[in-house]
Amino acid sequence: MAGPLLQIENIGKRFGGFVALDGINLDVAQGERIGLIGPNGSGKSTLVNCMCGTLQNETGRVLFDGHAMDGLSAHRRAQLGMARSFQLPRPFNTLSVAENLRVPLLFAARARHGSHLSHDEIEARCHELAGLVGLAAKANRLPRDLTQVEMRKLELARAVAVDPKLLIADEAMAGLSQSEVDEIVALLIGMNERGVTIIMIEHIMRAVMAFSQRLVVLVTGKKIADGPPQEVVSHPEVIGAYLGQ
Amino acid sequence: MRSFLFYLVSILVGALFFAFARWLGNDYLFFAGYTVLQFIVLATAWNILGGYCGYVNFGSAAFFAAGAYSSVALHKLAAGIDRYFPESLAGLAHAILPLPIPVLIVIGGLVAGLIGLGTGYLTLRLRGAFFAIATLALAVVLQTLIVNWDFVGGSRGAYIIRPSDVPILGSYIEYLFLVMLILAVIAIAVARIIERSRLGFGFATIRDDEVAAEACGVPTLRLKLVATTISGALMGMAGAPFPYYIGYLEPGSAFGLAYTVNSIAMPMIGGTTSWVGPLVGALLLGTLQQIATVTISSAVNLLIVGLLLVGFVIIAPKGIVGLVQDFMRERGPEGSRPTWRSWLSSFANMRPGAR
Amino acid sequence: MSFDLLINALIAGILLGGFYAAVTVGVSISFGILDIVNIAHPAFIILGSYIAYIVNQTLGIDPILTAILALPAFYLLGSAIYKVYYGAFEKRGQDSLRGLAFFFGLLFVTEVMLILVFGVDYRYVQAAYIDQTLHFGFVDLPLRMLVPCVLSLVMLGLLQLYFSRTFIGRAIMAVSQDQLALRLMAADPARIKRIAFSISIATAAIAGAFLIVIQPVEPSVGREYIGRVFAICVLGGLQSLPGTVIAAMLLGIIESLTATFYGPSWAPAVSFGVLLLTLAFRPAGLLGR
Repeated sequence: MAGPLLQIENIGKRFGGFVALDGINLDVAQGERIGLIGPNGSGKSTLVNCMCGTLQNETGRVLFDGHAMDGLSAHRRAQLGMARSFQLPRPFNTLSVAENLRVPLLFAARARHGSHLSHDEIEARCHELAGLVGLAAKANRLPRDLTQVEMRKLELARAVAVDPKLLIADEAMAGLSQSEVDEIVALLIGMNERGVTIIMIEHIMRAVMAFSQRLVVLVTGKKIADGPPQEVVSHPEVIGAYLGQ
Repeated sequence: MRSFLFYLVSILVGALFFAFARWLGNDYLFFAGYTVLQFIVLATAWNILGGYCGYVNFGSAAFFAAGAYSSVALHKLAAGIDRYFPESLAGLAHAILPLPIPVLIVIGGLVAGLIGLGTGYLTLRLRGAFFAIATLALAVVLQTLIVNWDFVGGSRGAYIIRPSDVPILGSYIEYLFLVMLILAVIAIAVARIIERSRLGFGFATIRDDEVAAEACGVPTLRLKLVATTISGALMGMAGAPFPYYIGYLEPGSAFGLAYTVNSIAMPMIGGTTSWVGPLVGALLLGTLQQIATVTISSAVNLLIVGLLLVGFVIIAPKGIVGLVQDFMRERGPEGSRPTWRSWLSSFANMRPGAR
Repeated sequence: MSFDLLINALIAGILLGGFYAAVTVGVSISFGILDIVNIAHPAFIILGSYIAYIVNQTLGIDPILTAILALPAFYLLGSAIYKVYYGAFEKRGQDSLRGLAFFFGLLFVTEVMLILVFGVDYRYVQAAYIDQTLHFGFVDLPLRMLVPCVLSLVMLGLLQLYFSRTFIGRAIMAVSQDQLALRLMAADPARIKRIAFSISIATAAIAGAFLIVIQPVEPSVGREYIGRVFAICVLGGLQSLPGTVIAAMLLGIIESLTATFYGPSWAPAVSFGVLLLTLAFRPAGLLGR
């Protein structure tokens, strides 16, 4: 397809007197692997919320797959193929792990092979996804029986279950061990190779550098860098605002 | 197979109770039973929006009264056909009116459902707390409108004269009882169907985390509107026969606080996660209140309901059904072969969206 | 339309609005700042009215004075309720359904208990200023409305000073916005919230005294005020005390004009109608947030 998959034009968002996002511009091409980094409070999650429709941006617009997202609800954007995981996991507490994964399969996942998934296919896919993040043994447990780390994995798996064109992973790897981080990075790269465009928001620089083809840096609501990872991390402003810490 | 069994059992239980009451020959049982059945419908209806979706409705009385006053309005229309209808339509009107109770129920349901839809459309985009407050407001606004509407009697009230011929059965109260019994079965069946459907699954996600539900593609606003409409409609259906039951209807009794309190207390005490909770709550509290009203006073009986509500909400938030579930879970080890307990709980289908 | 009538209706509305501000400020604190939907607040106001009534009947003390003396008791009541609320609901996590049901239960139980103890007859108090009216030309200022209105504005002024000048007051305003920062300032959010909630219930004592000075009271009167209180709260923009006063005055004027020109039977619908419309079309309130 021609044109970028995602176009963010001049997005602005305020909370009362506080400017969270100040004219952000970003184009994401189909199939790219983008890393989004910046200090806490720089607006990364706010940007994700505006992209996905959880929050309404005041200025600017978002174009996804050629369609304008103005006024579209978050669920509609998810159905169009935009998936995100939440920085603080938000599991459905009265549903089991497998049932949590079933939600996006039932409500968002694009129909495969031109027809809706059957009940058995959905069940199989739930367990497959649970296995992908190492939660197969706990598929029938409730989120309260999961550790913090397992909840993050569930959060990511649920976003993957949407079967998205664009996946935004918001600090999905916080608290994971080194090998777990490598696993998740491999999982995401594998998805990318199958055609999913991915934006990774992370503080773990090792993962970010291993994963990203392009690095974007957000500081106090402004984009201060956007380019190949090696260039961006040597950028003095980036080092001063974020990396030097 | 399980569904067939459910309907069979509920019809049998209903028929048994009916036959028993008839055999006793005491009309009081029909009067009391009608009230309890009415509460079963109200509690089940409330729970569809409150327990399944997590949105509290403080205006159950408004929907109930909407159904009741639709019946009153149609009754008044029937009593004054020649006054209200032009000559050309009078003949047709005479043939149709007065409408039989089942039709009134459907109309009451439609009216209340529309009100639910409207209220929801105005306020469901906001937080659940605002919706709850809006439902309070709705009840007062509706009551004020009715009080000022002379056609249905305003604050003076309206007399409803029962029709002289009774379809099917002997006495009129038996007929009303039967109607309400069927309505209760329908209400529970609707709740059960919702629970096991994709709709109910969506409701559960809304209740657990609405923002996450949206991110997973659940059309939350649409589903909430469906819940509000169905819930309101069922309440209106419960209210439609009420004027015929009570004979004289005035706004104070139609919009009575007892309806609002009970429709909240019964599911919260019985348990909100499945259709069993409101049924248990309504049966227990309804019967308790019938006894208390006769032996003590109606104010004390409402006090008991209120205290039970506060107590259960603090101490046993999962209600009676939840307590029973916890008890059963502790006794049986996980993964053991199916016992009569697990069969019972799957029959009652105690989790929404479970298959 | 008589000009005299209009002016008097407007003034009555303003005086009424001043009183409404006192009624609402408690909810502005519990709902606007603490995000606790205390729909039982009117029940505490009525409780305050009845306490003022009993003391007035037996000891002949002025109701407003009684309320001031009763402040500590209401403060403690607020503390106790907050502890139950916090332990049962807030600590267990998000479950607004149960919180709402809890307060509804409280509202209901209080009302029924008052019915059982006092019956449904209207009660009223005796005080020197209740039957007096000041006249300025054609303008009538009934003292039973003027005194509560003025005192209410004084109370709100004191609260505003408290919230902006004292450490705890500012901590209360901050607790709704940034709990982490609060902790870093060595203030315990739970304790701050408890203080705020207790203050909110304490205001109910005073509002209750005002109420029974203005009008005779019976247990179900509280329910009429739920709509008014939340209408004013939402209209005034939740966190702002000045906004509460303005919104209260506005509602008072609308109600007064409606009652004067269309009759009192439409009055309850006014505040609830305003609430519905505000929620539907401008939920951020007049002054926005």
